[in-house]
Amino acid sequence: MTDPVLSIRDLTVEIPTRHGVLRPVNGVSYDIAPGEVLGVVGESGAGKSMAGNAVIGLLSPPAHVSGGEIHVNGARIDTLTGEAMRRLRGKEIGMVFQDPLTSLNPLLRIGDQLTETMLAHLDISRAEASKRAVAALEEVGIPGASERVDSFPHEFSGGMRQRVVIALALCAEPSLIIADEPTTALDVSVQAQIIALLKKLCRERGTAVMLITHDMGVIAEAADRVAVMYAGQLAELGPVREVLTRPHHPYTHGLMGSTPLASRGRDRLHQIPGAMPRLDALPEGCAFHPRCPNSQSRCQTSPGPRIADGDGRAACWFPLKQEAVA
Amino acid sequence: MGMVNIRNLTRVFDVSKPWLNRVVERREKAFLTAVSDVSFEIAERSVYALVGESGSGKSTIGKMLVGLLGPSEGSVEIRGTDLAREKDAAKIDAVRRDIQMIFQDPFASLNPRWRVRDIIVEPVASRGGNTEGMAERLLEQVGLAARDAGKFPHEFSGGQRQRICIARALASEPKLIVCDEPTSALDVSVQAQVLNLMSDLKDEFGLTYLFISHDLTVVQHMADRIGVLYLGRLVEEADPDALFDDPKHPYTQMLLAAAPQLGNFGREVPPPTGEIPDPINPPTGCAYHPRCPLAADICARDRPEMRTVRGARVACHMVE
Repeated sequence: MTDPVLSIRDLTVEIPTRHGVLRPVNGVSYDIAPGEVLGVVGESGAGKSMAGNAVIGLLSPPAHVSGGEIHVNGARIDTLTGEAMRRLRGKEIGMVFQDPLTSLNPLLRIGDQLTETMLAHLDISRAEASKRAVAALEEVGIPGASERVDSFPHEFSGGMRQRVVIALALCAEPSLIIADEPTTALDVSVQAQIIALLKKLCRERGTAVMLITHDMGVIAEAADRVAVMYAGQLAELGPVREVLTRPHHPYTHGLMGSTPLASRGRDRLHQIPGAMPRLDALPEGCAFHPRCPNSQSRCQTSPGPRIADGDGRAACWFPLKQEAVA
Repeated sequence: MGMVNIRNLTRVFDVSKPWLNRVVERREKAFLTAVSDVSFEIAERSVYALVGESGSGKSTIGKMLVGLLGPSEGSVEIRGTDLAREKDAAKIDAVRRDIQMIFQDPFASLNPRWRVRDIIVEPVASRGGNTEGMAERLLEQVGLAARDAGKFPHEFSGGQRQRICIARALASEPKLIVCDEPTSALDVSVQAQVLNLMSDLKDEFGLTYLFISHDLTVVQHMADRIGVLYLGRLVEEADPDALFDDPKHPYTQMLLAAAPQLGNFGREVPPPTGEIPDPINPPTGCAYHPRCPLAADICARDRPEMRTVRGARVACHMVE
């Protein structure tokens, strides 16, 4: 196996507050190989975006990485200073956010935004950068790229803007892209275009992608492996087909059951009782045990086994062993 | 005779610049046709779903149905009463009492300064009805506790707030509830809870829903009849099984193919081409023809009529 592009070990993010320390990310470990798409799913507040922001060094204080290690291409990055991190960001790690309008500068032509990024990270001339900007826009499928480089962000539709953001994330040829809900603000047909584009670019360039989303359908179609997060912890990690059709963790199982599916007809949807606990009121033991149908006394006292890479798929004392559900 | 009869409904918005700009910049007035000649019927005690992408006019239809917007042309009749044209105030009020609405964003649709009790009973209190014990009873019906009545909206999660919105919608004992993307802001597990609750309440109170959504799987789960909108026009209307097993309009086919599906691991499909055109200058003829794989000359020239094909109503020249 090739060396992973991104390797996270026991990553913990803490937010000190007046009422104690919150841990939106708590002991999370995973790797992403070159050319691999890792889907990170979970409901709001599960810590999926927080983990992404920790990798790219965009945690807003007082949130900070308080434990664990983050390696990109073998080099540790969580200990880097602000200046060193700034050089890395955009160069080694590209980022695609949910809302394409707020991630582009409304006052700059998109060509200038692309060349600015390239000049900051690559050792090339301005003329070369302009040439590459047009090529980058062509690559992400913007028609008439040589004219559109002089357009402003507001002149593009939502889907086109997200293509520009992807071009921007890719223009310095990073080895890792973090895509945080890249299609949530888009319509279904445009979403299909953007997902296809991400997959194509990732395959052609061998870029690793961390695809953060709450949409299981998007994960099923785009990801190679999936990490399911619950209350800041990794609940389950494994190949996407395995995890979605034969979930081992009761939470994953519940999540799949709550998703309306054509094959399931119009029966009542499965409900996970209750709601995800607040970070300042996490239960003892396994965070999922109050909502878990299989909870036993061990679950109430000791947190589920941590998922280490290679062994174990679900952070659960009593993983489900069952046939396909979907 | 359905509960709701919508005939040739059209809504045009004036999106012109102010007159001075028009004079100085020599611009014409600009009009956006959000809904164009839409007709359908909602049967009593059924769930009619409108699906479509952004800008397809689904929310505009919902707003015209509850009377938040008036139609430019055509009519909305609820139990035989046209709210926009009816003169008898008592009759209008009687119909309005039967309609309620649930909005998408449960954070924006509850007054943060009101207690939950006051929020819930407002549809009845504003008409001077007796509201004693009503909030507590409704809260229990939607799966919250009676003591929650004294709390403020910020003390609840998104799913719980949507339950409060549902309780408020139920307070005036309506017959018809317009649900505009009621679960789009919710997580899947919470969405499942809210959808189940809505199904239960429908059976319990004999409700009729107009369910507006962009999420095809949710619509398939909830609806008895589905209308697909594209650029303000109804392109196809069918029962869920017919629509999902045998989509007839090329746009419906594209929409179904583009929707991500759980079973399709690593699916590689040619993504749809093109984007929704500008509604201020919609294409001539069939609005979908610039993106349509079947498009012929006639599609660019004539707007297709609604035809019945194998149990579905379809607006397409090419469907046989």
